[in-house]
Amino acid sequence: MKYPFLLSSALGLALVCACHQEEHRSWLADAAGAEAPVSLPDPELEVPPPPFTEGAFPCSDCHDPSVPPNTRRREMKLAHTEIKLHHDEEHRWCLDCHSVEDRDKLHLANGTLVEFSESYKLCGQCHGDKYRDWKAGVHGRRSGNWDGHKKYLLCVHCHNSHAPKFQPLKPLPPPTRPAPRTSP
Amino acid sequence: MTGCSDSCGPDHAGGCAVGDPALAELQSSGLDRREFVCIVAGCAAVLAGGCSDLTHTQYVRDRFRELTDDEQKEIVARIEKEQTARLGKELKVGVEKARPGVEFGYALDLSRCIGCRRCVYACVKENNQSRDPQIHWIRVLEMEKEKGIDFAHANPYYDAEQVPRPGHFYLPVACQQCENPSCVKSCPVGATWKEPDGIVVIDYDWCIGCRCCVSACPYGARHFNWAEPNVPTEEVNPDTHYLGNRPRMKGVVEKCTFCIQRVRNGKYPACVEVCPVGARKFGDLRDPNSEVRYVLEHKRVFVLKTELNTQPKFFYFFGL
Repeated sequence: MKYPFLLSSALGLALVCACHQEEHRSWLADAAGAEAPVSLPDPELEVPPPPFTEGAFPCSDCHDPSVPPNTRRREMKLAHTEIKLHHDEEHRWCLDCHSVEDRDKLHLANGTLVEFSESYKLCGQCHGDKYRDWKAGVHGRRSGNWDGHKKYLLCVHCHNSHAPKFQPLKPLPPPTRPAPRTSP
Repeated sequence: MTGCSDSCGPDHAGGCAVGDPALAELQSSGLDRREFVCIVAGCAAVLAGGCSDLTHTQYVRDRFRELTDDEQKEIVARIEKEQTARLGKELKVGVEKARPGVEFGYALDLSRCIGCRRCVYACVKENNQSRDPQIHWIRVLEMEKEKGIDFAHANPYYDAEQVPRPGHFYLPVACQQCENPSCVKSCPVGATWKEPDGIVVIDYDWCIGCRCCVSACPYGARHFNWAEPNVPTEEVNPDTHYLGNRPRMKGVVEKCTFCIQRVRNGKYPACVEVCPVGARKFGDLRDPNSEVRYVLEHKRVFVLKTELNTQPKFFYFFGL
């Protein structure tokens, strides 16, 4: 190694430095020549893994990065034909949320890359009021303890991201009516 | 007979005959009423049955909340033993007390509830409600959007292929855990009371089944066991609380307790966990960071029948 002292001082920095991690990370990304910054996970929000369709992830298994992507907005005929977009479909399509630079990530409007496990950041861009309530534990289901550790669900655990309207359910049976009054 | 103290157990109930001169002596020696009754009942029990494992608590005791911890444990141990023998399966009866500085509140989002009744049946399962005759602590009312909140025309018996039905909204009602509960005031024997954490509870062993509370409750939240409750053994939830979901008997009243057996151990009530739309919120009203407090501070909130001054701690809100 050419500059071992650099490595050791960098290690030392990493050990003591708990602040400015975002800046540090974006500096590293800049240094590596990457274009899009990457969103950092929020340790307070514990969510289960996203509900991927079997075999759908990682996307890069099919979307080979070496093949140049077709970024023209069009109807999908070869793959993903099962996805019917009912989510402001007049104005949106795949690449408004899915990143074309890193096929295994999503991206925000400003280009920041977001993991699928943090997709709430993407949803929160438009649905800010729901995002605010969700973080407070008021929009959506929460499990855990009322007096301690709480777990969240991702938006996509209840809402299909491509057709987010909550689907109607079959109700459980109605209560039995009281027996008719019998005359004495 | 060596007297009967507060801690007297099975061993006190032996030896003395009614009319024993020793008894008169004990009475004059400053026994209070309770101790006296305790002795008499103990003796009567022995005379009547000659059964040695009966305890005085089975015959004479104070209201549950007035008992010492030891007495509560003794009662609970007996119930656990009886129920375990009856069911053929281990049953735990807890006596967890209210945590100091905690006051429970509940909030329900009417703009989210779709009337699927998942909460009703989760509650039945968790709280060992009788299956037949059927008792439901939660009743989901279907109302017409045109009419607004209108109890006179609400329908709890709706059935459909899918809910929500167009033009309708749903308002689930269970015990409102009032700050000023009319049911408690109406009980002639003090078998129901408000706990320090705000949960209105019933001591089933003290309830005389007069049903005054049922008619006093403006929310229809109290339910009477007209017949012996019937819960299939394999469906009995063995984690119970004395004041909550322990098996009930014919002739007593029961009601929602915010799942006292769960919430006093930090869990959410069963209905909160099961709600598929996340309409149900629960927490500590005195904790500024709780979900209920967030709802109270940020949403349009109302309670049912404000004009009665029952001051419910069950809040309805519109999340949208």
